[in-house]
Amino acid sequence: MTTKLFGARIRRSEDPRLVTGNGRYLDDLGHDAYEVAFVRSPHAHARILDIDVSEGVEVDGLVAIYTYQDLDGRMGEPLPLLIPHPTLTHGRTQHALARDEVNYVGEAVVMVVAVDRYVAEDVVGRVRVDYEPLPAVVGIDAARAAADLVHPDVPGNAAAVMVQESGDAEAAIDAAPHVLELDLSIERSASMPMEGKGVLARWDSDDESLLVHTSTQTSTSVRQAVAAKLGLPVDRVEVVTPDVGGGFGVKIVHPWPEEVLVPWAAVRLGHPVKWTEDRREHFVSSAHERAQQHHVRVGYDDEGRLHGLSVRFWHDNGAYTPYGLIVPIITSTQLLGPYKPGAYRVEFTSLYTNTVIVTPYRGAGRPQGCFVMERTMDAIADALGLDRAEVRLRNFIRPDEMPYDHGLIFQDGRPLVYDSGDFPASLDKLTKLVGWDDFEAYRAQARSEGRRVGIGLACYVEGTGVGPYEGGHVRVETDGTVVVSTGLTTQGQGHQTMLAQIVADELGVPFDRIRVTTGDTRRFKYAVGTFASRTAVMSGSAVALTARKVREKALRIAAQALEASVDDLDIVDGHVEVKGSPGATIDLGAVAVLSNPLRYAFDEAAARATQFATPADPDTPPVAPGEAPGLEGTDFYSPPRSTFANGMHAVVVETDPDTADIKILRYCVVHDCGTIINPMIVEGQVHGGVAQGVGGALYERMEYGPDGQLLNASFMDFLMPYASEVPEIEIDHLETPSPLNPLGVKGAGEAGVIPGSAAIASAIEDAEGIPIRSMPISPSELFDLRSRRSV
Amino acid sequence: MTTEALVRVAFTVNGAPYDLEVPARRLLSDALRHDLRLTGTHVGCEHGVCGACTVLVDGAPIRSCLVFAVSLEGAAITTVEGCRNAEGGMGPVQQAFQECHALQCGFCTPGFITTVTAYLEDHPAPTAAEAREAISGNLCRCTGYQNIVAAVQRAAEIKWGEGA
Ligand code: FES
Ligand code: FES
Repeated sequence: MTTKLFGARIRRSEDPRLVTGNGRYLDDLGHDAYEVAFVRSPHAHARILDIDVSEGVEVDGLVAIYTYQDLDGRMGEPLPLLIPHPTLTHGRTQHALARDEVNYVGEAVVMVVAVDRYVAEDVVGRVRVDYEPLPAVVGIDAARAAADLVHPDVPGNAAAVMVQESGDAEAAIDAAPHVLELDLSIERSASMPMEGKGVLARWDSDDESLLVHTSTQTSTSVRQAVAAKLGLPVDRVEVVTPDVGGGFGVKIVHPWPEEVLVPWAAVRLGHPVKWTEDRREHFVSSAHERAQQHHVRVGYDDEGRLHGLSVRFWHDNGAYTPYGLIVPIITSTQLLGPYKPGAYRVEFTSLYTNTVIVTPYRGAGRPQGCFVMERTMDAIADALGLDRAEVRLRNFIRPDEMPYDHGLIFQDGRPLVYDSGDFPASLDKLTKLVGWDDFEAYRAQARSEGRRVGIGLACYVEGTGVGPYEGGHVRVETDGTVVVSTGLTTQGQGHQTMLAQIVADELGVPFDRIRVTTGDTRRFKYAVGTFASRTAVMSGSAVALTARKVREKALRIAAQALEASVDDLDIVDGHVEVKGSPGATIDLGAVAVLSNPLRYAFDEAAARATQFATPADPDTPPVAPGEAPGLEGTDFYSPPRSTFANGMHAVVVETDPDTADIKILRYCVVHDCGTIINPMIVEGQVHGGVAQGVGGALYERMEYGPDGQLLNASFMDFLMPYASEVPEIEIDHLETPSPLNPLGVKGAGEAGVIPGSAAIASAIEDAEGIPIRSMPISPSELFDLRSRRSV
Repeated sequence: MTTEALVRVAFTVNGAPYDLEVPARRLLSDALRHDLRLTGTHVGCEHGVCGACTVLVDGAPIRSCLVFAVSLEGAAITTVEGCRNAEGGMGPVQQAFQECHALQCGFCTPGFITTVTAYLEDHPAPTAAEAREAISGNLCRCTGYQNIVAAVQRAAEIKWGEGA
């Protein structure tokens, strides 16, 4: 029996390439391409009066300068609004190059193509754009006040107002024994992958075909978008995602202006064209997330049980809404976490501001929702003098209540129904792991040493593996190699390894004979993309189903060759064997040869399948009805709805009594993502998520000036955690299988980041005895809170 | 504007001699990546903060996005490609990174590998705290660093102790 790889800590097959410098990221390709730089708006809000390129055209090495006026056909139309929603009554998207108005610092105005990036930037410096500055709307307060408008035809700066309700929340709250109100807020952060975006396009004028490489989270959808924008037949366009240096959400947005402009220029110029985003461009012209303000009203009883919850929040969506309302919809539904809210009402307003667009960043609206719900839980515990873990336990949905229907609609347009999870068991594991019950002794001891410590916890539920579908293709080559492809893309999650583990088990072939390709439309044309922690669930299930199909086909063919019944066969280590007769075996490569009846023997193996090589039944066609040549198959997985993972984090912090410095002493995680395919990879995902959670809680924020200038648009000023800021992370797992997919898996990619701000706020509040209502929090902000309290 | 003047510079990269003619303003990172096509060295910020572009010059780590190629006359440069073993396979630090799952997207990894390679030369047995300190000038957005810390210690073992 081959050892089972599902569940094992298999080393990643992508690593030997990546650690030796043999990765192929976007800017590692196309050394001979022309390079692009952009003139970007220096104003947050302005009318474009004139563009003068005359000085720029003198620069040696310039190839072309394009403005909005040059964009023909559908290139001149606004970029697509990717996810429309009936309540998104005032959706707006930008033009690939600004037409007559700019709405954020960084918006692309002029495109310069030159022999290299140095020259392109020389030209950028010589292009003169005349602007008439307009009042900038920066921050949620200004957007709500609406003294100025981002888009003149959008009243109140409101892109959308959306309400969801289950039961009569206001009545339930009014009737509850206790009522609390809280105002809470979270600031902007961003995905900030170490590799920015980038696009390389090559037009083959002989073949009339376009090959685009882009650092994206969805190559199939970029393909459709590029074809549509350029007016090309879709079958003349292929999009390949090379190695991608991190995504975390920002690269799911598409097509970026550059993603259509670079291919468009390549076609016009008949020459490869490339754009590689630099760090400053990434800060000012990609996407941010997180900024929201919440007002909570909650009604509860003496036990701390919720009777009703009403949340009104304001979401800063930036200058445009290409990704629709996904982030605030997720916040509004996932806020509920593992709890029964009683009656629930949520209303949000999605607001325009003259800042970079807001689209999902790992966690995608959940960190805010989790922060709001968990702060509410702590406030209730505090008001009643109850243990914070106990209040949570009393409000949990119990395992015997699964599947649990919240009576709301989730981000995939499907009912918000939790499929499985054992929240009390998770909490029990967490309180044991962190030593919750012994903390008071530790606190007392620390106090006696003049140290101030606190403990906090936070729980979340994460809808993962959203549809509509993913697919897989599996083919056994005649040398026994198995090639697997799926359409969605990879940004470092180890998909090659994880998918190969699944196929190895399902098909019975050795791991090292499997080659996996992701995100290449030449190999697989139908896919959605990599987001919402969906790859293991969606593509994992799809390749499992596909491998099962190919296995059946292999057994059918082998049964004939071995003159045995299918039921007596098994595939072990790449060989089909007759169970119990050690000699009777045929390797899968040979089965692949037989699966493809041939006329010509192009090599020795192929000779076995040629027309005179085997006696065949003269009355049946060589390819039997219902069969196709080749030992291969394609299948798709499309779930009825999302599967819900969950987790709980506990944090111990120490705050400096003098400097208000905040130090994380311990960080404990209990994580339930269903059955685990590769624990090493899952733990890695949790580590990375927690680091981003710590960054979001204590260090990262986008500092916009009142004029809409991003003041900290560099790694010197935007504080991403180094190793010195990230604590050692202690992890325990629970595996509650999902009943929704063939593998029982749930997504794991985003989880680690979700409860970071909530748990750390809880711990700081516990250490300080000061309510923490807004995150991130810096030492100076904590110092201010202390000073205000002592006044 | 006329064509830029080119300047000659000679140095070795991973032991191989190169004689280049590049504009004076060409960054070492660009010269390595685009002129020599050694694309293992990555550029994450171009302002000296992330460390992805770290290469060794005469054994010491430097940020190749902060120096001009022409200033490296006579230098011996080592990139991540030069941290392989003699057969072209994974060297000790690279092997440790795979074993410990110390990379996800791999974009920051070359800068860590070169930094750690230099560090281990005079730190044969770092503690976890020392290992963490050693890598705390490099940014990684994927891993949360925990496994990189483990990889530094594992690499020291492979390089200096058993497990080689
Ligand atoms: S690219 Fe050189 S330090 Fe970031
Ligand atoms: S592995 Fe992706 S940035 Fe470090």
